[in-house]
Amino acid sequence: MAKAISMREKKEELDTVTIYIMGQGYKVPSSLTIMKAMEYAGFKLKRGVGCRAGFCGACATVYRKLGDYKIYANLACQTKVEDGMYLTQLPFVPANKAEYNLDEIKPSISTMLRFYPEIARCLSCNACSRVCPQDIQVMDYVQYSLQGQIDKAAELAFDCIQCGLCAIRCPAEIPQYHVATLARRLHGRYHMIAPDTLEQRVKEIEEGKYEKGFEELMSLSEEELKKRYVARDFIDQKKA
Amino acid sequence: MIRGYPESMRKSIDKVNKTRDKRIDQIMKDLTLEEREKVLHEFHPDYNPAYKRDIGWGQNKGDNVPNEVADILESYPIYDPDEIDLSQIDYDVGVLIIGAGGAGTAAALWTVYSGVPKDKILLATKLRLGDCNTVMAQGGIQAADRPEDSPLIHYLDAMGGGHFKNKPELVKALVSDGPKIIKWHKELGLMYDQNEDGSFVENAGGGTSRNRMHCAKDYTGMEIFRNLKDEVINNEIPLLEFSPAVELLKDENGRVAGALLYNLETKEYSVVRAKTTILTTGGFGRLHIAGFATTNHYGATGDGIVMAYRAGAKLRDLDSTQFHPTGAAFPEQIVGLLITEKVRSLGAQVLGKNGEQICYPLEPRDVEAASIIKVTKSTDNYVETPTGMRGVWLDSPLIEEIRGKGTIDKNLAAMKRMFSRFDIDMTEDPILVHPTLHYQNGGVELDEHGYTSVPGLLGAGEISGGVHGKNRLMGNSLLEVNVFGRRAGITAAKEYKRGKKPGKLTLSHVKKAIEQIDTLNLKKKRFSPVILPEYRSEAVRDRLIQLFESSL
Repeated sequence: MAKAISMREKKEELDTVTIYIMGQGYKVPSSLTIMKAMEYAGFKLKRGVGCRAGFCGACATVYRKLGDYKIYANLACQTKVEDGMYLTQLPFVPANKAEYNLDEIKPSISTMLRFYPEIARCLSCNACSRVCPQDIQVMDYVQYSLQGQIDKAAELAFDCIQCGLCAIRCPAEIPQYHVATLARRLHGRYHMIAPDTLEQRVKEIEEGKYEKGFEELMSLSEEELKKRYVARDFIDQKKA
Repeated sequence: MIRGYPESMRKSIDKVNKTRDKRIDQIMKDLTLEEREKVLHEFHPDYNPAYKRDIGWGQNKGDNVPNEVADILESYPIYDPDEIDLSQIDYDVGVLIIGAGGAGTAAALWTVYSGVPKDKILLATKLRLGDCNTVMAQGGIQAADRPEDSPLIHYLDAMGGGHFKNKPELVKALVSDGPKIIKWHKELGLMYDQNEDGSFVENAGGGTSRNRMHCAKDYTGMEIFRNLKDEVINNEIPLLEFSPAVELLKDENGRVAGALLYNLETKEYSVVRAKTTILTTGGFGRLHIAGFATTNHYGATGDGIVMAYRAGAKLRDLDSTQFHPTGAAFPEQIVGLLITEKVRSLGAQVLGKNGEQICYPLEPRDVEAASIIKVTKSTDNYVETPTGMRGVWLDSPLIEEIRGKGTIDKNLAAMKRMFSRFDIDMTEDPILVHPTLHYQNGGVELDEHGYTSVPGLLGAGEISGGVHGKNRLMGNSLLEVNVFGRRAGITAAKEYKRGKKPGKLTLSHVKKAIEQIDTLNLKKKRFSPVILPEYRSEAVRDRLIQLFESSL
């Protein structure tokens, strides 16, 4: 489809590319991300925009390129525009999230199947992994969940930003990113046990061990407090 | 372009890569308190009077704040108060929480935990549940839980970082609740990084004297939020998305008694009546203070301070703004985005164009930022990008020299991914940085229970002022949203049980504010809250027209 060029656009001397937002053509500077290009074109975004830094998963964008049969997907805030992109953004992803009380469940196959029985429908087509903008091996963590290897599922799914592209692409209709949340929470709760030092410190604070120290620090003048601050010792910080 | 960088920048990168072995054990001295003051006064935007002015009306009249903050306070409401019918109540609740970020969700959960029935809670938010700065926080959350550490040492670090201007009882609350918050998070199933012996991975941050930065790779905020969000859904807390508050409502006794919400999609308003309102709307990065790019979320437009101010709440410490020392300066597409302080925690040095260190890498944030601005503004020791942006190097490959190959993959996955999207490999080459607008240090004054100075109104998170004084330390904001979100939730539940019913709803406080703003004789009539920033191109904005009422 050829884009109609307005007289105004003809005057512009910027290095531009033509992109198609929901089928409609716009000329935009070639240095922009998809998100900034949409704004440049005149869209005031409400849906499909969030942190603008690749962390929130709001701006999942599906596109084809002129003359290329493939479907691409990526985050609009982290992808540079290319000439001939046909773009659409997912305003919302319908995907059921199971409700559960983490105190009452255990990390096991049966837990995963109880809340997400649809994982048993996985066809191993790998469409989910291929579409993931975070390059997560989504199909593999679904399979780990199905095998009860909750730890491996959780670790593999850790970088998920919950954009929902996997769930939209899945022919077996699995809400992968919600499955991932359940796996991570089970792993974090039941396998990654906090060190005793944490509980000890909580107890000390509740018993008022530091109250006197606070009272003293809070009674100091700014000058006295500065002296304490400057005199405080540092421990070796190269080890984590 | 050679591996993501133009040839002009490659020459400088070669020097950085060649000097690395020499620098590995070279430690820059940190600045004395006097030297800190000097570099701040000369180069930190907070200390530049051209960027600031005094507030012209109200309870903080005369306070010197950034122009952008004065602008939104000296603005008219974005609706006509005479058009609003307050007799029709759409939601009648015990606790209204405005803003579903880290603080808002923590507050909602602790309201439930403290016994308020879920159908008596409303969580309203501008965009989606979790469209907030919390999900973007990378580096970590402070909590003094190691034997060699204590809440008292954490207190000293935080006070010093804040130039001793923090509100002491808030700092005490922050540091005392730290370990408790980590314990709660573990019950929720958070995957905090652990060492092989089971201890938590804990790093240093700028201005901390102990390693107490708990992390989940460099997705710490996201990992915290994913869990809080999941719990909000599991607890079936009533949620309204795409519905920002545009004003607080009061009753005839002067108590805050709910809010006016606006549906961004249908454009209708709704009236919420609430016994207690918790303001958790976050900060103001998207106002682009002093013209800086920002790390912040799209919705961070300072709406909460406007609404609170019109309702009579006292503000504090808004004269200070946090510029994060390391925002991306290259490539163009990600300028201003956050390069987590964890990169420096793990050992990366800050370098000039010839590969020499320019400052101690872990000063408190304001000092580190000012030290970098000093180099880009008053020397020629910076690197310039093809679009004219100036920056200094952050020597990320050094991390792997110090801590071994694979450290970046394991600890900085988000950062590595962001740069690799633009063909830059931060394990092989340094990354270019410049300070970027990051955090609203001040805000609505709270006490340690979450009360503001106005009855009926609580607050938590970045909206608040006092916890961080004039400068926040890394890892104290993720802690703050949890500590004060939790405290506000508990307090709101107590208020709920006291059972004071709100009286007749009114916007008379807004009408009084309008009278005061009238006296300022503004040259250009402004409106706030801002709700969303304006990024459409000028060519488009010049042609915008408003159609008359029709079926469109």
